[in-house]
Amino acid sequence: MSGPATIFDKPRDYIGKSIPRSDAARLLRGQGRYVDDMQLPRMVHAVFLRSPYAHAKINSIDVSEATQATGVIAVYTGKDIAKHVEPYIGVLSHLPGLRSPAQYPLAVDVARWQGEPVAVVVCTSRALGEDALGLINISYEQLPAVTDTLDALSSESPLIHNEYDSNLAWKREVEAGNLEEALAKEDVIIVEKQIKFGRHTGVTLETRATVCDYIPGDDELIMYYAGQAPHMLQFILAKHMNMLEENVRIVAHDVGGSFGIKVHTYGDEIATAIIAKLLRRPVKFTADRLESFVTDIHARDHVVDAKIGVRKDGTIVGMGFNDFTGIGPFSMYPRTSAIECNQILNLTGAPYQFEHYHAVGNVVFQNKTLMCQYRAVGHPIAMAISDCMLEEAARAIGMDPVQIRRKNLIPDDAYPTKSATGMRFDDLSHHACLDKLLTIMDYDALLADQAENRDNGIYRGIGFVSLVEVTNPSPMFYGIGGAPIASQDGATVRLDAAGALHVSSSVTEQGQGTNAILQQIAADVFGVAMERVKVTTGDTATVPYGGGTWASRGAGIGGEAMLLASQALKEQVLDVAAVILQAKPEELDIAYGEVVMKDTGEQKISLGDLAKIVYYRGNELPNDLQPELIATRHYRVTDFPFVFTNGAMAAHVEVDTNTGFIKILHFWAVEDCGRVINPQLVDDQIRGGVVQGIGGALYEECVYDTDGQMQNATMADYLVPMASEMPEITVAHVETYTKTSVLGAKGAGEAGTGGAPAALMNAVNNALAPLDCGMWQMPMTPERVLRALGKIG
Amino acid sequence: MTKTAQIAVTVNGEKYVEDVPVRMNLADFLRTKLGLTGTHVGCEHGVCGACTLFLDGVTARSCLILAVQADGAQVTTIEGYETDKNASDLIKNFHNRNALQCGYCTAGMLATSIEYIEQGNPADREKVKEHISGNYCRCTGYQAIVDAICTTIEERQG
Repeated sequence: MSGPATIFDKPRDYIGKSIPRSDAARLLRGQGRYVDDMQLPRMVHAVFLRSPYAHAKINSIDVSEATQATGVIAVYTGKDIAKHVEPYIGVLSHLPGLRSPAQYPLAVDVARWQGEPVAVVVCTSRALGEDALGLINISYEQLPAVTDTLDALSSESPLIHNEYDSNLAWKREVEAGNLEEALAKEDVIIVEKQIKFGRHTGVTLETRATVCDYIPGDDELIMYYAGQAPHMLQFILAKHMNMLEENVRIVAHDVGGSFGIKVHTYGDEIATAIIAKLLRRPVKFTADRLESFVTDIHARDHVVDAKIGVRKDGTIVGMGFNDFTGIGPFSMYPRTSAIECNQILNLTGAPYQFEHYHAVGNVVFQNKTLMCQYRAVGHPIAMAISDCMLEEAARAIGMDPVQIRRKNLIPDDAYPTKSATGMRFDDLSHHACLDKLLTIMDYDALLADQAENRDNGIYRGIGFVSLVEVTNPSPMFYGIGGAPIASQDGATVRLDAAGALHVSSSVTEQGQGTNAILQQIAADVFGVAMERVKVTTGDTATVPYGGGTWASRGAGIGGEAMLLASQALKEQVLDVAAVILQAKPEELDIAYGEVVMKDTGEQKISLGDLAKIVYYRGNELPNDLQPELIATRHYRVTDFPFVFTNGAMAAHVEVDTNTGFIKILHFWAVEDCGRVINPQLVDDQIRGGVVQGIGGALYEECVYDTDGQMQNATMADYLVPMASEMPEITVAHVETYTKTSVLGAKGAGEAGTGGAPAALMNAVNNALAPLDCGMWQMPMTPERVLRALGKIG
Repeated sequence: MTKTAQIAVTVNGEKYVEDVPVRMNLADFLRTKLGLTGTHVGCEHGVCGACTLFLDGVTARSCLILAVQADGAQVTTIEGYETDKNASDLIKNFHNRNALQCGYCTAGMLATSIEYIEQGNPADREKVKEHISGNYCRCTGYQAIVDAICTTIEERQG
């Protein structure tokens, strides 16, 4: 590859190496700093009373007895809290037609989901606060609950919001070519299916938590935050609490998993901030697990009527679908609950070349917990629609699933190009990833094993997915629609007097290793040992302004900003060194904390000595030299709306036709996330992502009854993937660097979750094919498998 | 409901005498009374395994034990693991193999893993997976954790 000279024209010391995360040492000794670990002087606890009904009018609330209870400092109802907040509305202008009413932190007159907060007790301990909850008397008038997504759109359905004519929040239609006409042609084989995707949720092991402190003298609110986007929350608190933005400080230390769950605006957290300001003392709120299940955003919940048309030779003529998704009673603020549907409309079929496409998305209000962006937003649905329908079509024409992909995947030399839906792609490698996948999985051997086992009544299946993943988003994702969400990120790099680097970044750490890769990049590009780089993230008072970590943007955007800042500081330091050494800057380099001669490597002066001259003995420098040993750079993606990662994955499963249990025998993932900064961290991101995809495909479901009561809101009843069921996951890479940055890194955090469900559904259907049945509903529980087999009614 | 009782408990070799509400669980006692926040609470109903620690040498869910039940007991938490050979080897291998991401499950995962090694179990991946199946990890997909446990056992045998 030719191109401009970059730092990557020579081998790197740290970038590309599997170096253990330095901050893990602290976590392994029990020295994490999670929000719930904090105890501040005079801190009290906010304990929320939540609606037991999915839909109910609140006639009256009597808090008189609760206010007298032991330890109680104050009790607030939804109306009390509403006086101190500007309500929020979860719409964005680039999703035209999306509607959602104003929402308050606590329900005011009507509760619209089971778990919606209706009152809050502030108390000296959580336990005493829970005692006091029982003393609040509320008169509810139960209203009919709207739970089924399709029924919610019927003209007979009760309305969740009386000001609207229906329970439809948003509808979008995307059309390319003429699908109906194209599918009507004689040589087209059409396959149609209804695919259902259950509701699941993030189940972060650390539940949502916040400690809010208010300092009246400074009019400053400090929120200790277990989340992903500190600057977004700073804006939101300031706007809705009518404070100056600079007087709101958001601080995120360690976060016990997030996966999108903790990037949204939650009423209980906003109320905690309001109470801290009202009471002028620190207030903690930590959700318990039941609260998490009924208030953390849920994800998915789609019913999709899909069709695909192929010719006998396997060529895709076109595909289309009608998606109905239930989002709860409001669109979540500020990212909205329409983005998942929008992603599905944009991304379905994205790996393939075809002309005709017709997709409709319907986003529907219901009386259930709010649905919003969770890891791999929309991807599991989009990938399952295209790839499960594609493999079903392959079965219909008797073609191998690999062959039909080879026939239709966008050629690796076709970039830059566009999808039928108008998505712009560059630097992708679908064929190279598929080829690598087949090599590492030994497809031919698996086929032989399958045939042999079938003869013995053992049903094994192999399923594939070819996928894209939206990463490194530009302002086109949220900013364009008016959301207070930065698409650029910043990095500051400072040399201290000891010759060490202090770096800070606006992207954030939730365990994926953000701080580690920032440390690697800074050390490598600037030229110090990694141990001499201290990283700060998560504090709006000290880090540059930026978007935070979501949509797989930390490495690609935050990493590039760190590269640029480190490069800039290096040039500044070499300018100073050149004066001190009476050399030319271009003759010098920095390596392992020393300024060296570029051609010989001879050490000339240590960074510590250089910094001490600058900081302490400036008299030794010419008067016209005012050195800057600090540099800040920002970066945003400008060439494309998104930088797509692509990949190919495969699952090998065994379906027990007597019990309905599905055992995953092995899983393979090949991903092209561009430059891999730390292979071990990236591989484990992919594995963790795949396992979350396995959860949604096989186990996880928020089960509701027709009254809108969640039936399995405990960890004993809601099944998450545990070690004994999890397969070994083999990960490999194709590295096609994105040309949008020097670093060349694309995102890697979500592909596993986005791709695994389709691969698993395909594997199960491949296993069941000889039995003339199929699975078209996730999670693919044993009960549903037995139903598909006709073994139970 | 605010009745308290005095307990004497040894935690990581240090003896504490404290008044605790009789309904306070051991995890909350360690976290809020002693400031030992390395023990994490994930579900408070004994399923996720995050709060697992050693009570008189045996792994236990500290969310399912009242602090008053630990009266007279020896408790070892993550803050005390490094002095133990099995645990320090595991900590090293968890670190090298990236067997943690957010770190929230780590204290419980280490406790369960130490127990597996102390029982003299083999570096058998399926057996390891079964043993740690009461500990939920949302981040890693478990493979790195199994690797770290098996490596620790193999190194000791090697």
